[in-house]
Amino acid sequence: MLARFAGPREIYGACQKVREAGYTKWDAHTPFPVHGLERAMGLKASKLPWIVLVLGLGGAAGAMLFQWWVSAVAYPLVISGKPLFSWPAFVPVTFEVGILCGALGAVVGMLALNQLPTLYHPLFNSKKFDRVTDDQFFISIESWDPKFDAEETSELLRRIGAIEVELVDH
Amino acid sequence: MSMDATHRIELYGVTISAGDAWRRVPLVSGIVGMLGVVASVALGRGEAADQLYFSWLVAFLFFLSIALGAMFFVLVHFVCRAGWGVAVRRLSENVMATVPLFAALFVPVAAGMHHLFHWTDAEAVAHDALLQSKAPYLNTSFFFVRAAVYFTCWTVIALVYYRGSCRQDDSGDESITRRLTARSGPAIVLYAVTVSFAAIDWIMSLDPHWYSTIFGVYYFSGALVGTFSFTVLIAVALRRAGYLRHAVTVEHFHDLGKLLFAFSLFWAYIAFSQFFLIWYANLPEETVWYMRRLEGSWKALTIVLALGHFAVPFFFLMSRTIKRHRGLLVIGAIWMLLIHLLDIYWLVMPVLHAHGVRPALLDLTTLVGIGGLFFALFGWLLTRRALVPMRDPRLMESLSLENF
Repeated sequence: MLARFAGPREIYGACQKVREAGYTKWDAHTPFPVHGLERAMGLKASKLPWIVLVLGLGGAAGAMLFQWWVSAVAYPLVISGKPLFSWPAFVPVTFEVGILCGALGAVVGMLALNQLPTLYHPLFNSKKFDRVTDDQFFISIESWDPKFDAEETSELLRRIGAIEVELVDH
Repeated sequence: MSMDATHRIELYGVTISAGDAWRRVPLVSGIVGMLGVVASVALGRGEAADQLYFSWLVAFLFFLSIALGAMFFVLVHFVCRAGWGVAVRRLSENVMATVPLFAALFVPVAAGMHHLFHWTDAEAVAHDALLQSKAPYLNTSFFFVRAAVYFTCWTVIALVYYRGSCRQDDSGDESITRRLTARSGPAIVLYAVTVSFAAIDWIMSLDPHWYSTIFGVYYFSGALVGTFSFTVLIAVALRRAGYLRHAVTVEHFHDLGKLLFAFSLFWAYIAFSQFFLIWYANLPEETVWYMRRLEGSWKALTIVLALGHFAVPFFFLMSRTIKRHRGLLVIGAIWMLLIHLLDIYWLVMPVLHAHGVRPALLDLTTLVGIGGLFFALFGWLLTRRALVPMRDPRLMESLSLENF
């Protein structure tokens, strides 16, 4: 179900009320970032930093381990009289692989947490929704939200200031 | 004057009130500092003269780095036209404005240069081909000329930016911001050159055979760690005393914490870059510097430094929660300030005590002496003016700062 709101102020208040009403499968769509909206919606902190940390440290550890295995176990070769496992020489690669894994983790993790790429979404069946990237503010509530009820939800959205409410086809 | 401007001055033009404990800082800290200096001089007679001058140099470089770090922070505000940090910029301006004091505190370094710098020994130079070839740079008169140039540059930069900012408090003239911005580019270049050469002159030349082309950046990176720790501590102390509550918020502490985190990593990057090339090339005249620091008790200190200046802050300051928690951030700042002091000690002291760490009472008295005088001047500057650049055109931007 899609509801249109007049502006950032209205949608901010509406988000708080949708959250208070106990809905969980819903989202707000605005043409530009509305500061503080994530708090009004009650969004939790992203898990992304943890993914990046684990992958970054894992990548670094893996790179160091791999270099140790190559130079000290699989193909021991003395280079400029230094010990086989000369860890300082391995630091640049360790660092770079750590960064690489962290960065890839950030991109892939971001896509995964956003469930992207999503090739089809019913919201795009609505003609009005096209203007979300232009000048319109919307809240969408999924029909599979446990609290969803076509009439009740529609009434709630109107009560909290929706200008128009539309039930979008699947 | 519009209502808005009047309101703004009421809220942000707050100075330290009469009768506040901060008002006594200049006197108390000044007396403590003088006692520290007197005690150092008394302890440093005869045999202990070497220890006196080396300890003095450590304390001098430590507090100077905090002032120079603050100068960079102020300049960077103008170079980048940064808005977020305006609310804390006045604190850094006050720290920066203590720089002329260090010209006076440099006098003992100059007086004790024969105790500190091996290359001033004409006898030694006469028998040392390497020192002879370095003599066009490493000679006493040029050394003094350079020191004079450094202090002149720093004093001019400090005065221009400090007084410009203060004048804007009075007049609200926005052209001051434009003028300071236009000058910040050349100023930061001058800053980079003078700080690099000062580090080379006053630290690297303690070991005149040794050289490292990255050394200036090394001292700079530590200086930034020092100054951000100091700023966090001062801002928290002032908030405790009831100041800055409208101005410096958790968002500013979060950002200062990020910078502290970033520069502790930058330090590690620079420190490792320096070590890595020397270790890999394995040339005797370069490795000797690290050999000395990787033997006996100095090795333990080197490990503490590597862990304490890199590994500990890397995991501690990484967390958003910790940076936004004032008590935990204070612990981080105190830790980083102490480890930065250890860093300077580790740079300087092995030259005097080649065979192991030898803590001396003079290390403490010189720190109290120079620290006391530094803090006295800082405290005096702090009480003279509003705690926030109240009519800076970007103040409102800074006050509404939010981290996402």
